[in-house]
Amino acid sequence: MSLPRETDILVIGAGPAGLAAATVLAPSARVLVLDRETSAGGIPRHCGHYPFGLREFRRLLKGPAYAQTLVRRAQAAGVHVATGVNVVSLLPGPRVAVTSNAGITEIDAKLVLLATGVRESSRAQRLIGGEKPGGVMSTGALQGLVYLEGRRPFRRPVILGTELVSFSAIMTCAHAGIRPVAMIEPDPRVTARWPAAVYPHLKGIPLHLSTVITSIEGRERVERVVIKGPKGESTIEADGVIVSGRFRPEATLLDGSDLIRDPATGGPVIDSFGRCSDPSYFAAGNLLRPVETAGWSWAEGVAVGQAMRAALAGRLPQGDTYEVKLIGEALDWVVPQRVTGPDAVAFDRLQLRVTRSVAGRLTVKVGGSEYASRRIDTRPERRITVPLPPRAGAVEIVLEEE
Amino acid sequence: MPDQLSALSGRFDVTVVGAGVVGCAIARRFALSGARVAVIEKAVDILDGASKGNSAILHTGFDAPVGSLEQSCIASGYEEYLAIHSRLGLPLLRAGALVIAWTEEEEALLPTLMEQARQNGVSDIEALSEAAMRAHEPGLGPGARAAFRVPREYLIDPWSAPFAYLLQAIENGAEVLRGAEVISGRRDGDWSLETTRGTVRTGMVVNAAGLWGDRLDERLIGRSDFHIRPRKGQFIVYDKPASRLAAHILLPVPNKVTKGVVVCRTAFGNLLVGPTAEDQDDREHAVLMPETLEALKRRGAEILPRLKDHTVTAIYAGLRPATEFKDYCIKAHDGLNYITVGGIRSTGLSSALGIALHVEHLARLALTPRSAPAWPKVANISETCPRDWQTEGHGGVVCHCEMATRREILAAFEGPLPVRSLAGLKRRTRVTMGRCQGFFCTAELSRLTDGRFVRPMAERAE
Repeated sequence: MSLPRETDILVIGAGPAGLAAATVLAPSARVLVLDRETSAGGIPRHCGHYPFGLREFRRLLKGPAYAQTLVRRAQAAGVHVATGVNVVSLLPGPRVAVTSNAGITEIDAKLVLLATGVRESSRAQRLIGGEKPGGVMSTGALQGLVYLEGRRPFRRPVILGTELVSFSAIMTCAHAGIRPVAMIEPDPRVTARWPAAVYPHLKGIPLHLSTVITSIEGRERVERVVIKGPKGESTIEADGVIVSGRFRPEATLLDGSDLIRDPATGGPVIDSFGRCSDPSYFAAGNLLRPVETAGWSWAEGVAVGQAMRAALAGRLPQGDTYEVKLIGEALDWVVPQRVTGPDAVAFDRLQLRVTRSVAGRLTVKVGGSEYASRRIDTRPERRITVPLPPRAGAVEIVLEEE
Repeated sequence: MPDQLSALSGRFDVTVVGAGVVGCAIARRFALSGARVAVIEKAVDILDGASKGNSAILHTGFDAPVGSLEQSCIASGYEEYLAIHSRLGLPLLRAGALVIAWTEEEEALLPTLMEQARQNGVSDIEALSEAAMRAHEPGLGPGARAAFRVPREYLIDPWSAPFAYLLQAIENGAEVLRGAEVISGRRDGDWSLETTRGTVRTGMVVNAAGLWGDRLDERLIGRSDFHIRPRKGQFIVYDKPASRLAAHILLPVPNKVTKGVVVCRTAFGNLLVGPTAEDQDDREHAVLMPETLEALKRRGAEILPRLKDHTVTAIYAGLRPATEFKDYCIKAHDGLNYITVGGIRSTGLSSALGIALHVEHLARLALTPRSAPAWPKVANISETCPRDWQTEGHGGVVCHCEMATRREILAAFEGPLPVRSLAGLKRRTRVTMGRCQGFFCTAELSRLTDGRFVRPMAERAE
């Protein structure tokens, strides 16, 4: 299969956001979706558990079936999906350079959508001490082994983290006959609101809050994990470590490009149409921020796809954009980072997160005057949204802690 | 398993015990000189001891003790690397180094260090005022006072180089037995080495057992002239964008124990901060300490303040085979046809080819050098030359962070030295060594490596 040299819309990443946008755009444009994996569908391909698809298809699906449905719908709409293609640089134009089995080629487009998703932080990024035996991996790697390859890398792992994805790790273990021996959470509280479905699987898995992993021991395979918590240091016999969560956008392509990156999210700076600092590039999905559900990313893909359709038709406003500023040191990031006027937009609210457990009053101002305010009591990784400003102007989001 | 299942047969002229960088270079040297060479390695793959974790610098030896064996081996090893690297397909990143003084006391030491460099034959050094230093490296932190520049300190690929040496040895007749530990030896004119995989008969033994060098001496000749005191070095590797923060290798003023914390690019396009120097008794376990890694991060950000905006890709710890002596412990034991190559701490990557020349000289074997030796070329995995992913027919990229292709991975299972462990595959192709540390490619790797590894990445779930 050869790649076209040019297209109307080029989408990078065949996950929920990229496929949703592609499907929206296909009736009015030639759409090419590239994915570097050998099959399309993104992360849900290897999330072999519920719940996926409720928002999109009003059906309860497991990840792989959901991914297949997204791909089939896109293809039925006329989208050309090419897998095994790595984008290696984003150029002005827009133009992208790719490599595939055919070597390096370039593809010109009228507009490009970046939808390259997220990955979990590694053991190295968290500076977890000890040795470097086999059997230390992210949830994503575990899910790939279990659901894509029918393999089991360990039998009695420790799970680090209590985010939603940590719940996913428990479900993955249950599927493969793996029995986690402990969950470790550095914070004093569990991070995510867990679905009730996970509770039966939690039985027998001790939860250690306010606890860190100080050392992973074993030369070839994990043999022990040393933890330190309120009761001091102790050792857990285990043969693996699942280092879950603490997602970061997979935004490496921004590094060599002219697109501006937001150090807070790790993803590109966008406006409320999903436009990047070069307006021929758009972005949607978890590339924008760590981390949202597949359904949320899909909805962003649909919305940004609609904005791109308007842009193709020359109907997208080219006017000024205004900065959204965070005031309060517990505020972590906001998306979009810039807002346009009160026209029809892709992002109909501002999304934010906090860096730590915090309670207080969140106030939103445009041009210095307050337009929304509410009390929040929240934790890291939990979804917070506030309305867009009713008129054009610079926005301030202020958190006054109690 | 795609490797020799039985012991090596026939008689060898020279048997090298240990396939670290030093052993690989010695095997190459004797093979080129016409000897029949065997290499015995305890681990399932080569480079599994001290050679698996170092700072990947090709040193001139400017700061080595004047008149030392270490200095002369570095100097000759350096010259030979420059002479052969392109024929073997090995990279060379001509970074140059700055030795930077961060205190008044260190600044006062710079003239002495420069004089030492000149005495070591490194005469193209250049003193830099603070302004000149900052013109070379505008990203340096506020504490840097002055420096001198060593233009010919370079960066290389620390795993492809020894692999190429051993590959050239093999293509010139050497045989390699991996996964075999030497248990004992008898001498009746020739040596009979008992290994966990059978007996190897050889005229001469070269002990290049690195961290186990003294133990091997005790097993084979009943004594050792030195004791290994492993010195741990912890490192942090930053993601590729950080490599733009410094062009030179940034060296501190060394003290008596260590060269100190270095900041430098790598041939793979990352930025490295390390090592520490921590003495320990344990020869097997190189333990990463979170508080030490935090301290390395802080030190890195003092040297290059913008480093704090960059993300960590990898952390690792290596063990250097240090001894109670400052210099290398290389000795031919009279009447035993036995040479010990011990205590090659910290500079082995630079000196290995020079050590090999020295050992060949000590061996005094009557050999006829090969008239037309084979010169294999290894696949380039560094960022300094074109990579496989830039060419046609690579089969797709498997490791997206390090851009390792399916063709590169499959090639590592072929040839005379197929990889047999994930660690070995990492060193040959860089898979999983990038920023995602296996998040994206672990599943596919488990399939591609099926049946190839001594220990599979993951068992099949029934």
